[in-house]
Amino acid sequence: MKRPDRSRRRRGSRLGRSWTAAPPAGGTNVQDLAIDVDTWRGRAAEEDAERTAAERGSPVRLREGSRALLGSLVRPHRRALLWIVVLLLLQSGAEMAGPYLVKLGIDNGIPPLLHQPRNYDVLIAVGIAFGVATVAAYLGKRGFVTLSGRVGQAILFDLRNRVYRHFQRLSVGFHERYTSGRMISRLTSDMDSISELLDGGVEDLVLSLLSVFSVAVVLLWLDVPLALVSLVLFPVLAGLTRWFQRSSAIAYRHTREAVALVIVHFVESMGGIRAVQAFRREPRNEEIFEAVNRNYRNANVAAWRLIAVFSPGIKLIGNVTIAIVLTYGGYRVMHGETQVGVLAAFLLYLRKFFDPMQDLSQFYNSLQSATAALEKLSGVIDEPPAVPEPARPTPLPDARGAIDFTGVTFAYRADRPVLPELDLHIPAGQTLALVGATGAGKTTIAKLVSRFYDPTEGTVRLDGVDVRDLSDEALRRAVVMVTQENYLFSGTVADNIRFGRPSATGDEVVAAAQAIGADEFIRSLPEGYDTDVRKRGGRLSAGQRQLVAFARAFLADPAVLILDEATSSLDIPSERLVQRALRTILAERTAIVIAHRLSTVEIADRVLVLDGGRIVEDGPPAELISGGGRYATLHQQWEDSLV
Amino acid sequence: MVTASPTRPMSNLWRMRSYIRPRLWTMFWMLLTAAVGTAAGIAVPLVVQHVVDGPVRHHQLAGLLLLGGLALLLGAIEAGLAFIRRWTQSAVALDTEYEIRRDLYTHLQRLPIAFHDRWQSGQLLSRLTTDLGVIRRFVSFGLIFLVVNSATYVTVTALLLHLYWPLGLVVAVSAIPLFLFSKRFTHHYLKTSRLQQDQQGDVATLVEESAQGIRVIKSFGRRRHMGRRFEHAAGQLHDTGVAKARLLARTWAEFDTVPNVTLAIVLVGGAYAVATGALTVGGLVAFVSLQLMLVWPIDSLGWIIANGQEAMTAADRVYEVFDQRPSIVDRPGAVAVPRKEIAGRLRFEGVGFRYPGAAQPVLHRIDLTVEPGETMAIVGVTGSGKTSLVSLVPRLYDVTAGRITLDGRDIRDLTLHSLRDAVGMAFEEATLFSMSVRENLTLGRADATDEEIAEALAIAQAEFVHDLPWGLETRVGEQGLSLSGGQRQRLALARAVLGKPRVLVLDDPLSALDVYTEALVEEALARVLRGTTALIVVHRPSTVALADRVALLADGEIAAVGTHSELLATVPEYRAVLSASADLSEAAR
Repeated sequence: MKRPDRSRRRRGSRLGRSWTAAPPAGGTNVQDLAIDVDTWRGRAAEEDAERTAAERGSPVRLREGSRALLGSLVRPHRRALLWIVVLLLLQSGAEMAGPYLVKLGIDNGIPPLLHQPRNYDVLIAVGIAFGVATVAAYLGKRGFVTLSGRVGQAILFDLRNRVYRHFQRLSVGFHERYTSGRMISRLTSDMDSISELLDGGVEDLVLSLLSVFSVAVVLLWLDVPLALVSLVLFPVLAGLTRWFQRSSAIAYRHTREAVALVIVHFVESMGGIRAVQAFRREPRNEEIFEAVNRNYRNANVAAWRLIAVFSPGIKLIGNVTIAIVLTYGGYRVMHGETQVGVLAAFLLYLRKFFDPMQDLSQFYNSLQSATAALEKLSGVIDEPPAVPEPARPTPLPDARGAIDFTGVTFAYRADRPVLPELDLHIPAGQTLALVGATGAGKTTIAKLVSRFYDPTEGTVRLDGVDVRDLSDEALRRAVVMVTQENYLFSGTVADNIRFGRPSATGDEVVAAAQAIGADEFIRSLPEGYDTDVRKRGGRLSAGQRQLVAFARAFLADPAVLILDEATSSLDIPSERLVQRALRTILAERTAIVIAHRLSTVEIADRVLVLDGGRIVEDGPPAELISGGGRYATLHQQWEDSLV
Repeated sequence: MVTASPTRPMSNLWRMRSYIRPRLWTMFWMLLTAAVGTAAGIAVPLVVQHVVDGPVRHHQLAGLLLLGGLALLLGAIEAGLAFIRRWTQSAVALDTEYEIRRDLYTHLQRLPIAFHDRWQSGQLLSRLTTDLGVIRRFVSFGLIFLVVNSATYVTVTALLLHLYWPLGLVVAVSAIPLFLFSKRFTHHYLKTSRLQQDQQGDVATLVEESAQGIRVIKSFGRRRHMGRRFEHAAGQLHDTGVAKARLLARTWAEFDTVPNVTLAIVLVGGAYAVATGALTVGGLVAFVSLQLMLVWPIDSLGWIIANGQEAMTAADRVYEVFDQRPSIVDRPGAVAVPRKEIAGRLRFEGVGFRYPGAAQPVLHRIDLTVEPGETMAIVGVTGSGKTSLVSLVPRLYDVTAGRITLDGRDIRDLTLHSLRDAVGMAFEEATLFSMSVRENLTLGRADATDEEIAEALAIAQAEFVHDLPWGLETRVGEQGLSLSGGQRQRLALARAVLGKPRVLVLDDPLSALDVYTEALVEEALARVLRGTTALIVVHRPSTVALADRVALLADGEIAAVGTHSELLATVPEYRAVLSASADLSEAAR
């Protein structure tokens, strides 16, 4: 078997080689990846970054995980499954009756007709039995498909929700590694392959297995020697199946990974389409897409070719068996050891034996594809949240907003500590500004308070309670962070503000916007608060998005508000408005403000100047300005820039 | 039987034939192998008939062995041909899928930003993956089996008619209920299938937003809220799935009934025929075996029709995208002007701009000239149209009135390539891809030398990249090292100035920088700007210092143009927008 090289480390020709020309039409030859994936994507700290912990382990563990997941998905539907089996038996029994009734008709129904007076009783009975079988088959099939569709959809629904919820539980750190594209891939493409199996696969799988086994029993009952002869090739069949099972499991794992790469690249290039077009990135993107797309195609071809061997292989075994049975059975009939009707029934049953095997191979295929997808999903579900919620959270009914860092160290990577050791007390109600160069650790402090990460050592406390002991809900009610990112969801402006407190009334939404000075621009939009912000808030300018994000945070009404560069895109009048609003908003709550513009820092009660994760200056802004330290210098520079 | 479907979806699927055409011969051979293979399969029951009526009755062992050998040969041929067909089929179907996906991606990249503003990327993604998967399944199985099974049906029926015509007629007539069932089914299934595909797109969109907005969701603790939203969307998908299963259940059960009823009639009628001597016992056995061969083709027809319908609606969805014409393209006769030959005189002449579908224009009657080498700052309050104005220069959008000229030539008369080659741009939000720093910097300019990169990095004060673990080869963006807002912005600025564009368009490029870095960037940028025409959106007075002149944008119009000090002295609105003094901004309101 020729298997295309799917090695992602392959060193091909680097940049520059033109791939814009399409490969020759109908080109079935497998072209190697000419894009060096390593060079283009660059190097990351961990090459396995995009994998879940389970995927980095052994395949056996992966398979076990996916089995456990499957078990837990199926368990609630035990009763329905029982009914499904009953309906299956009904349907398959009714279908199996066909050849037997043919045998009865020929062996027992015809002889009474050959002599006068003709006796039609047997034939009529056979006809009636056929009618009953047909009705039973109809009801069985209809009931089965309906019920299994219902169970299948329920399982998918359950699985989708579980995976989604677990993704939401995983830390920001995980998401940064795993990328949005991969998460999308898990929840769309992998689900598709499972749904493909549930849509029709399970039915044929079970039904085929059932008919294979029942046919074997019927054959043995009809004529033992003939039956033994028909089963002579069974070991070959078993061997072929085993081979297929093993190799296709690997092949389908590759396809799941390959499709994720396609999706990741697609999502990124469509998300950044402005940059792509403005910088004429299109040809290069086409090259890359060409590579990942071809890679996916090759992975699929490899998997499909396995079935191209497996399915006809089964057919061959079946046909050889039929030829053997025909010869041997004919021989037995010749010597009066068996009847013609038995031989006819045998040949018909053998078709019923091997045809479902064909189906079986087909659906075995989707089963393998779904299994590979399930493995990926179970990898996600088994990924332990790096920032887990406590099993028994400490209640925090009324957060006041006092924050304490005790001996906190933090490092994204072990060899590069961002915060060497930090002790900090922020009394409730204080507005604290963090100042310092890039990499000084300002954002890290903010992220530790809002528990995007947990400290490597030491504790962060809110009102004396370790934030790790607070339920997610309690913590988020108390602490809200506004960043310069300002992601808006599709929906109306009001929807986006209401994200801060989904239970808020329309008036409260408007009040929040008014408080922050966003009301005016929102009302000037074509449909006011009901204006659709479009994809990622594309309808609004960056400054407007920032105002909406502020209103959203204000509506959430937290005890601790963290503003990380939250005013950077505002024009001066808007910034003034926001700052005036902040004076009232921050008055009764704790705030941590990170801003490059010192105009925002001015409203702080206290300023911390950070350098390399250490506090180098600490005091009220006025005091620091007169103190002649770093902050004083920064302040001077800022005043100069205003001229 | 698929002809019963409405014409439009059919026509979209039909349009996909251009992808099949280069493989028409392969398809033909596949069909031929399928036909011959099926014929070999059909021949086996005939061999059985001869065995029963011949050697068995007359006790001829040699004849039995001969016919047994024939059955073996036919069986081997059938399996061998099936192997050849499947082997080729995998390449044909997957190549088709691969090519459509490639073309779709290429097409999407050419569609204007206005299209991407409107379309959720989840909907695009579901077309690229789920819908193409459906089409692939149709090309690989549905299409082939539709032809093969129809051919089997016709051949077997013909044989049956030949074997014993009265019963053969019964089998032939059974096609009528099949046709009626499939017609009714088609009517309902098309709608359900389309609904499901659209819902899949919605789910994909929601997933994408949840992944990209994860920080916002986390910081507001809206995990459960989003969970409920997702559950709602997944619930709709679930309901459609159940409705679809119900439709299929009914139709498939009906399809199964037809061959069963026919078999019963054939058996009873056949037994009678044997009794009257019109048919031999062997003949009846052969007849029934042959007829049983129709069970699978008929059963599977239900599946094939469903699959065909899904493929039709999927093709519809795919062509919805293909049918969007790229509106921003080279005009006929557009000329390519090398970057070196562009002096850089940028002129807005009565420019108006309205977003597609919007009632009100964002910009109207903009007249503005930027001389070669001049730096023009654009100042205005949030939402005054600054970003829209600068987006027109590299033709991310096209003007809806008036024109923009570069060196006196309408920018639409330049090729897009040469225009965007001449214009460098940095957006207010720095877009970084999960690729190496180098790849992020060079984007479309793969030929940039290391010196040029170093120079660009120096101007943007982005030398921090050398301190990254693998320097320029470090992966950044979503999957790589997280950079701070300021770092991202400096990389985006370096990207814009790389390779010395003739016209530089910077949209609030220094907003995330601290005062110290900003001063350094400004100093370096000032040198670059001396020889470059530039349009810079600014919010801060410090950045205005870079500009030779300033244009004040208010409500989509140019309210004033002049030097910073002129405007400061004479235009109160300008003071309100740019002055740090709160009193002034109060006064202007």
